[in-house]
Amino acid sequence: MGYAEAGFNLEIDLTRGSIERVPTDPGLSKLYLGGLGTNAKILWDRVPPEVEPFAPENLLIFGTGLLVGTPAPGCNRTIISTISPQTKLMAYSMMGGFWAPELKYAGYDKVVFRGKSPELVYVYIHNDKVEIRDASHLRGKGAVETQELIRKELKDPNVQVAAIGLAGENRVFTASIEQGRSSASRLGIGAVMGDKGLKAIAVRGTKDVNIAKPAEYMELCNDVLKYISDREEKPVPGVMPILAGLGSPQEMLHTDEKWHTENFSWGNSRTRRKEFWTKEIEEKWTETQENARTRLISCYNCPMKCGAIISLPGMSTYMMKCFSKLTYNMAAFVDDLDFGFRIAQRATEYGVDGFSTPQIMAFAFELREAGILTDKDFEGCPDDNEGKFYWLLDRIVRREGIGNILADGTHWAAQHIGNGAEAYAHNNIKKHEQLPLKLGMLNPIYFLMYCTGEKLNITQIEGQFPQAPFPTMEEREEFVKDWVHVPDEKFKQYLLDWEMRGENSNPYYPTVDMSVDIVDWQEKMHYIDDALGMCAGLSSFPLKPPYHIHNYPKFISAATGMEIDEDGLATIYKRNRNLIRAINVRRGLKREDEKPPEDHWRKRFPELEEQLLDAYYKFKGWNEQGVPTKESLHELGMDYISEDLEKRGILSYE
Amino acid sequence: MSKAMKKVKVIKIDVDKCNGCRACELICSAFHASPKYSSNNPERSRIRLIRDPIKDIYLPVYAGEYTPAECTGRNKYVIDGKEYNECDTCRASCPARDLFKEPDSGLPLKCDMCDGEEEPMCVKWCLAKALTYEEREEEREEEPQLGEMEIGLESLVNRHGLQKVMDTVARLSKKG
Repeated sequence: MGYAEAGFNLEIDLTRGSIERVPTDPGLSKLYLGGLGTNAKILWDRVPPEVEPFAPENLLIFGTGLLVGTPAPGCNRTIISTISPQTKLMAYSMMGGFWAPELKYAGYDKVVFRGKSPELVYVYIHNDKVEIRDASHLRGKGAVETQELIRKELKDPNVQVAAIGLAGENRVFTASIEQGRSSASRLGIGAVMGDKGLKAIAVRGTKDVNIAKPAEYMELCNDVLKYISDREEKPVPGVMPILAGLGSPQEMLHTDEKWHTENFSWGNSRTRRKEFWTKEIEEKWTETQENARTRLISCYNCPMKCGAIISLPGMSTYMMKCFSKLTYNMAAFVDDLDFGFRIAQRATEYGVDGFSTPQIMAFAFELREAGILTDKDFEGCPDDNEGKFYWLLDRIVRREGIGNILADGTHWAAQHIGNGAEAYAHNNIKKHEQLPLKLGMLNPIYFLMYCTGEKLNITQIEGQFPQAPFPTMEEREEFVKDWVHVPDEKFKQYLLDWEMRGENSNPYYPTVDMSVDIVDWQEKMHYIDDALGMCAGLSSFPLKPPYHIHNYPKFISAATGMEIDEDGLATIYKRNRNLIRAINVRRGLKREDEKPPEDHWRKRFPELEEQLLDAYYKFKGWNEQGVPTKESLHELGMDYISEDLEKRGILSYE
Repeated sequence: MSKAMKKVKVIKIDVDKCNGCRACELICSAFHASPKYSSNNPERSRIRLIRDPIKDIYLPVYAGEYTPAECTGRNKYVIDGKEYNECDTCRASCPARDLFKEPDSGLPLKCDMCDGEEEPMCVKWCLAKALTYEEREEEREEEPQLGEMEIGLESLVNRHGLQKVMDTVARLSKKG
């Protein structure tokens, strides 16, 4: 009997229609934990860099985290990994919800898809019974609608369904995989699913997930629950409300959006509207949100209520979370929040990423204004801001006319359009659209995260350390008092000495070495979360979360029976970090790609920025190109990587 | 007949507060595992969340008494404009549905209020406070103690009906 894990993967070849139940190698959990770590190992082993995202040999892996299905609160993430059609690098988008625990209870740690089905199909997993079923009747159906239809068809309300909408079917590069109130949205994994002819995966499981040391594990879980209750009573003072508590930013609960609407950029990430949040807007938006929101809801076994059921007259109900509430409004310059809730409903049914998609549309309208795209490209497009966006969204997900070009995201669309369009795709890192945020002074910590994060999505890289210094020493001292989370006491000093202005302020403070330390801690938390299946909202994202690097080894030991301490966990993190880096450098990632959008900060410091990258690479045991060295790979027991990189000429003997 | 005070344990369910996380199901299954907390499987839970987000239906239901036969008719509730499925509000482990049965054996499950704990685990784990616990004293008529023979006969009656049991006893006595 295995502990925490199910001990089996499903291997499904969609070309041949074959299904295999394959026992997993327990040794791999000791090396990579699970979730993201073991997903990456499979991609490294089986998807060489020659494989194109839309080749049948590309894999689409639905992995559960190591602790998913156990009572650890908030541990419910599905980690979906493949090669991104947008970046051509490894994509690992994740979703909360209910799907991963159900898969674990069905007796599987992962489902690995390969090949392509000639007809549109869906897969139904019910414990040991696994079927590939016809989905031709679901073609073109919405992603939320599909989940409901499949539940009815299978006559089981407890089936959990992950589905794509029209965007995924049409291989739109921002296509998401939707599941209840959650979605795995980034980097076009929905397009890969559509390319494989896979409309949905329905799961139902009624088996046990076992715990090695039950009493010990339960005590840890009870401590976490208690901590969450106490922490919710004690929001961190001196930071904005959405960062004061736990969970993903509580934007379904809070109606105050002064910070986002005035600090983030509108349109194609261009315009800051510093006096947007008036009394009148506040009242109107509060009323709109309270009317739209039927209930605040959670993912599996999590007390945080980050999502909401959204019901507006004249449209079907859907679920929403976080910042997607604002992205369409801000990209389209629409001041009525009702538009945001309504277009997001259509976008959710289509199954598109709520971050990239609005930006692509704003980019297109900017190109039209600049005369690079012409009225002919927009024949039939209404003139009003709301109508324009609905019109273009419909074109993009259907890949009609100009929509066909835009469906590949701003980078590839700009390449295709040419004629100076590239300058308008200004907010990308490694070809992927970033948050619409434009700031003044370079922040060394964020610089490193933006440059080097493989996730390409800052909210899934940042956390733990306050985003800005506290103005007074009293506030700082108060903050560090119960900061048990730090990996080392020195981090407290970093914060105590961090000033708003003067010598000890950005960009030269935190110093290069401190910045590297801090980013390493932030990354470590995310990598562990993504291997365990823990939601960042209770761990790597917020300040002072219930999970941290000191209690994680205890959780892992008690759940799995595996002996592990903080050093052991740190080594696994390093292994996973290097593995994903290796996959990407093998696919052509270079130092020159590791940069924030040119205009992200107004004040840039080229020399300091080079120093930061150099120091970061060195700290990680990478060469000056950001490639893991033979020695550091050897230390981690990963000679198989250096051998491959050498063979390909990416690493050379000195 | 004499009267006695009986402790009544009550779980108050506020469906408006339910956030749909199903922690109640998970912790119930863990608590009742053997050894305690050694395995997790909501299908073994004695509380299930009837859940239909699109219809905003979130209804925690506890496993009650086993019933050998389904009801003669069915009810359909409409509350606040939301139509619940037939049997959604029923607690019985019943042949008409899969709910509240051990997944392996099919044996019925029944909520025991986590006897011996301060409060039921589902309540403890419901930070949304959709589930809260109350105790009160109630005066009850004391039931007469049933003898062993009576218990046996009663279950035979439950299973086969009184008439059949009486006929059988009559037949047996003739043989004697």
